[in-house]
Amino acid sequence: MSRSKQIIGVAAFLFGVFVLVPLMIKLTGRWDFYYTLTSVALLSIASAGVWLTFYIGRINIGQGAYALVGGYVSAILVVKYGVSFWLTIPLAGLICGCLSILIGLPILRLKGVYFAMVTLVLTEVAKLTALALPITNGAKGISSIPLPGAISIFGLTIIPDFSQLASTKLAFYYLAVTLMVLSYAGLYRLVHSRIGHLCRSLQQNEELASSIGVNISYLRVIAYSVSSFLGGIAGAVFAAISQSIYPSSFQVADSINFMLNCFLGGLGYVFGPMLGTLVLYFGWDLLFTTGKFQLLIYSSLLIALMLALPNGILSLRLFNRKKAEP
Amino acid sequence: MSPLLQVSAVTKRFGGLTAVNAVTFDVAEGEILSVIGPNGAGKSTLFKLISSFLRTTSGQVLFKGERISDLAPHKVAQKGIVRTFQETTIFKNMTVRDNIIVSHHLRSNASLAGYFLGTAAAKSDEAEFGRSADEILGFLGLDEIGGELASNLPQGHLRALGIAIGLATNPSVLLLDEPFAGMNHDETMRTVDLVRGVRQRGITVLLVEHDMPAVMKISDRIVVLNFGEKIAEGTPQQIQNNEKVIEAYLGSEDDAIGI
Ligand SMILES: Nc1ncnc2c1ncn2[C@@H]1O[C@H](COP(=O)(O)OP(=O)(O)OP(=O)(O)O)[C@@H](O)[C@H]1O
Ligand SMILES: [Mg+2]
Repeated sequence: MSRSKQIIGVAAFLFGVFVLVPLMIKLTGRWDFYYTLTSVALLSIASAGVWLTFYIGRINIGQGAYALVGGYVSAILVVKYGVSFWLTIPLAGLICGCLSILIGLPILRLKGVYFAMVTLVLTEVAKLTALALPITNGAKGISSIPLPGAISIFGLTIIPDFSQLASTKLAFYYLAVTLMVLSYAGLYRLVHSRIGHLCRSLQQNEELASSIGVNISYLRVIAYSVSSFLGGIAGAVFAAISQSIYPSSFQVADSINFMLNCFLGGLGYVFGPMLGTLVLYFGWDLLFTTGKFQLLIYSSLLIALMLALPNGILSLRLFNRKKAEP
Repeated sequence: MSPLLQVSAVTKRFGGLTAVNAVTFDVAEGEILSVIGPNGAGKSTLFKLISSFLRTTSGQVLFKGERISDLAPHKVAQKGIVRTFQETTIFKNMTVRDNIIVSHHLRSNASLAGYFLGTAAAKSDEAEFGRSADEILGFLGLDEIGGELASNLPQGHLRALGIAIGLATNPSVLLLDEPFAGMNHDETMRTVDLVRGVRQRGITVLLVEHDMPAVMKISDRIVVLNFGEKIAEGTPQQIQNNEKVIEAYLGSEDDAIGI
């Protein structure tokens, strides 16, 4: 893809999410769409992290754990310590990143289904920990988290106090989408730099990678901690939007969905998890009318899709040409 | 002058099986040394011990007088001892050129963060790796197929790519495990010339091989293993006339020394 086409694609995408979507919502009066799209944006950030672990050849079904930790870190810092919400976003990411180094060092030695199983357990462990610890307030969780405050530099207000806004929906939408754009820009850069090349060498043959001198355990841990960082910031913003966090806010099912988003969108494409999240989220919602058959139809469709498009939706030529579009 | 690489009483046991038993020999800088022996003699195991992919049960390997036996494999590679694999091992889903470019890892000047940010050091690394990859492609006669996906290559080219990956790491010692396997006579002779070319680049070559004519042609010295033990060491001339070696090869069913 040529450079100019790329730039046009990105510009169109940015115009779409920052201008077109709010305009359409205003025209149609479907304000509920903000909540849906904000969720999609945040979930796609967490999915981007899972995608990166796929990229080093590991199936990660534990992103829910880091989203939960991120949510709690932000909530506790804001509620108990009065830290500004804005500061808690990077802090939640960093704490999750550090935590994942400790967890990753032993478990990243595992491969295939073994690694997948251990990560699956992580989400449950995070939930049980949240139930048990005093600081997380057990099953009652943390509720009535205040809305994000203002940020001003030299007396100039850059971000207004959310509680003063007529519609926090739009503000949260902008916040989530901005974070999503930044996350994917970072991921794109990472994958297209030499780091991505090294990650692919890990994915394809770890033994050969170490024989050419790559410190494979170091690189694995780096990738996994970036992945968990993304899970953490998604969780932090989620807690702020719902103004609450509970042990059940992110569950095993969420972890599985993050992984499915990657599969569905395409493991070979940076923007795969974004598209996958959008399709899965809306797919699930659209099937709501089918009542008790919702899960059955949803699962069958998912299996059919994966059989038909084993390399994800983005492997369709249509998307290959303009992959910056969601 | 002290030897470049010293294998000193190296032993490896797998449970009850002693795959390598108190093997000792030296490798001088700039030589081509072959390790031969019947199937299952412990040749590949010895290579894995030297490159630290396996831990020695006892004994040690010294490189420039320094013990390298307990280091992680990537550390040993950093020191300049790089192994290629008996099974053709490459990065399958990369182009031939990308295989070689990624294998320049040890020549990196930039940090991971530098690559992410695209610093000057990262840019100059990338340009340099590209240049060097093209040079290696030319050296091995692979320039035509630089853009091919590695998984589509025929056997002969795969072996050459394995050597290319080794060369990209800029090693002092290159361990080649059966570089001529699955090749016909012409391909073997061409690869023999390549290995000589590798030595001309200042790289010491250790190779394991079953193709006796090629081994005799290429080696400065030969070490012979049988049931994990070193039974002989010497020039091709000496090895061909060694009683024990002839016996070992006649004694084994499916291998003939073929000289
Ligand atoms: N990881 C292992 N665990 C147990 N036994 C092993 C292991 N690796 C090798 N062996 C055994 O050690 C012995 C030596 O094997 P090795 O692969 O070194 O032989 P080789 O000389 O390379 O043979 P070939 O010429 O067939 O490649 C064999 O009996 C083999 O079965
Ligand atoms: Mg072998």
